[in-house]
Amino acid sequence: MSNPLSDFLRDYLTVGIFGSLGFVLVGLLLFIAWLIRPDRRQAQKYIAYESGVDPIGDMWSQTQVRYYIFALLFVMFDVEAVFIFPWATQLEVFGWFGLVEMTLFILILLLGLVYAWRKGVLKWA
Amino acid sequence: MSGPSVLAAALQDVLIEPAPGFEVPSIDWAGIAPNLILMLGSILLLTVVSVLKRRVPSWFAPVWTISAAVAAGCAVVPLWQRFADTGPETLVGGAVGLDGFSLFATVVVCIAVVFVALLLADYLPRESLESPEWYVLVLLSASGAVTMASADDLIVLFVGLEILSVAAYVMTAMHRRRVTSQEAGLKYFVLGAFSSAFLLYGIALTYGATGSTNLAEIQAFLAGDVVTQNALLLGGLAFMLVGLGFKVGAVPFHSWAPDVYQGAPTPISGYMAGAVKLGAFAALLRVFVVAFGPAYRQEWQPLVAVLAVLSLVVGAFAAISQTNVKRMLAYSSINHAGFILLGVLAASAAGTESALFYLLAYTFMAAGSFAVVTVVGRTGEHRQSLEDYRGLASVRPGLALVFTVLLLSQAGVPLTVGFLAKLYVVTAAVESGFDWVAVVAMLTAVVSAFMYLRIVATMYFADAPEGAPALRIPAATGVALGLSVVGVLLLGIVPGPVSDWANEAVAQLVVAAP
Repeated sequence: MSNPLSDFLRDYLTVGIFGSLGFVLVGLLLFIAWLIRPDRRQAQKYIAYESGVDPIGDMWSQTQVRYYIFALLFVMFDVEAVFIFPWATQLEVFGWFGLVEMTLFILILLLGLVYAWRKGVLKWA
Repeated sequence: MSGPSVLAAALQDVLIEPAPGFEVPSIDWAGIAPNLILMLGSILLLTVVSVLKRRVPSWFAPVWTISAAVAAGCAVVPLWQRFADTGPETLVGGAVGLDGFSLFATVVVCIAVVFVALLLADYLPRESLESPEWYVLVLLSASGAVTMASADDLIVLFVGLEILSVAAYVMTAMHRRRVTSQEAGLKYFVLGAFSSAFLLYGIALTYGATGSTNLAEIQAFLAGDVVTQNALLLGGLAFMLVGLGFKVGAVPFHSWAPDVYQGAPTPISGYMAGAVKLGAFAALLRVFVVAFGPAYRQEWQPLVAVLAVLSLVVGAFAAISQTNVKRMLAYSSINHAGFILLGVLAASAAGTESALFYLLAYTFMAAGSFAVVTVVGRTGEHRQSLEDYRGLASVRPGLALVFTVLLLSQAGVPLTVGFLAKLYVVTAAVESGFDWVAVVAMLTAVVSAFMYLRIVATMYFADAPEGAPALRIPAATGVALGLSVVGVLLLGIVPGPVSDWANEAVAQLVVAAP
């Protein structure tokens, strides 16, 4: 308990032990399953399960580049949500101060959206 | 109940008082006015252009930008008076420092903004790239640089760095028709994001070791702590040095700089050499010299000495082997970064002052030099090689003279500001006992002087090639060139007032009032 550094590292040791236990457990279960399961390969077993759709073509296919706008907008609003959730849990503590700050934050993000809209970025053309 | 009182009651419900334990930080609006002007200038400009139905006239955005920069510069004057009267302060709950250092840095950033706005005003129509977004990004990145220079908290510093960098990445890639610009933007973005991660990890380790991200508290903690060689803190220092070393373009974290400076639109290259470097160096000075200086100097000084020597040597020797003038200037900016690192290395008041003075000087020199490259490059920026400067003196004697003065200043010839800037940093390094680094610096100055003189000789002693398209110097670019030369000569001949001013501009940390 004397050295703060070793306390600090001990916390990481706990995390490390916990994490490696997880790997060991999964590995062990897969190993046991591999030992005891029968191994009879049939072509039928490699297709989509029951109501699934049969795969067509290559997995490495191209996606329409215009979707990047949606990806960008998603990131923008996702990050906004990331900030709003912790803020909402502490709303009562921050009071009007928090409300003003968050309003400013959302307004600036909204300005970005207005800009994108006016630039015609949101049109699928 | 009457209408207004119902409204007041409803407001009471919405506007809950903060809980008793929570201290609402008091925001001193006047104290952060320069930064606010730059940031609001940017946001308002974006609002105007996205809300207005019509396109704004082309003169509007540059005029707006220059006015915002001048207003921010003027807002420094009363703050300087206040600093002179009451000493350094810390504002917004200990997050933002108001001291001579931050005010001086703010002025330098504003100067860089004025230069880049003047150059862009001519450059964008020439390249058919006119849009107000350039100016929005310039003002935004300027606000980021000011935030970095006045940060009293590592988190604020990081936010400032990101505001500065993200805008710089976009501006680098904004020449849509030049592939090199796109390539430079991508390279800058990927490597820059990587280095930001290093910085952030360093901040996290420092927080783990000291229990605070506030620079004043870190300084106080280190002053009281008896444990030296704390592995966590050393790791944090090293990571932060990598992150900031990347931003200043110090060797061995420089590999992006030549490509990005060459690929970026030339006015933006000049701006990056001025404002972006300034933001990163201001952060280095604040964090390393002031917060970690007293207690951990012995640990970081050898690292910075290595960075400085490598930057000086690589910057000078790589520059002389180039044939592209813009790339030469990029490598020379690495050499200049090495010189400024001497001021950081000194870890003294004299070192900080000399680094600030050097940054001011370099802002003028870089803006002017890259302005010349912009003009000579002509539409499309295809003419950047040394060949294209042959006989410039006979075609455009004025332009050649301006470039000569700026290059001589970069080489450190007396009567120009470059000489004094180099003299100050070298003196500061020697006073702190780094004689050998100072010797290396002076030797590399000779090496890079060869490169500068080679450009001058090409302009004056070679014949102009036949059939080159005419060279036009537009009005605003002419003003920028004139300002830079006047600045370089004026500061070189009568440096007194400005260097006196820089002498008072030492960063000071004040513990926030509880």
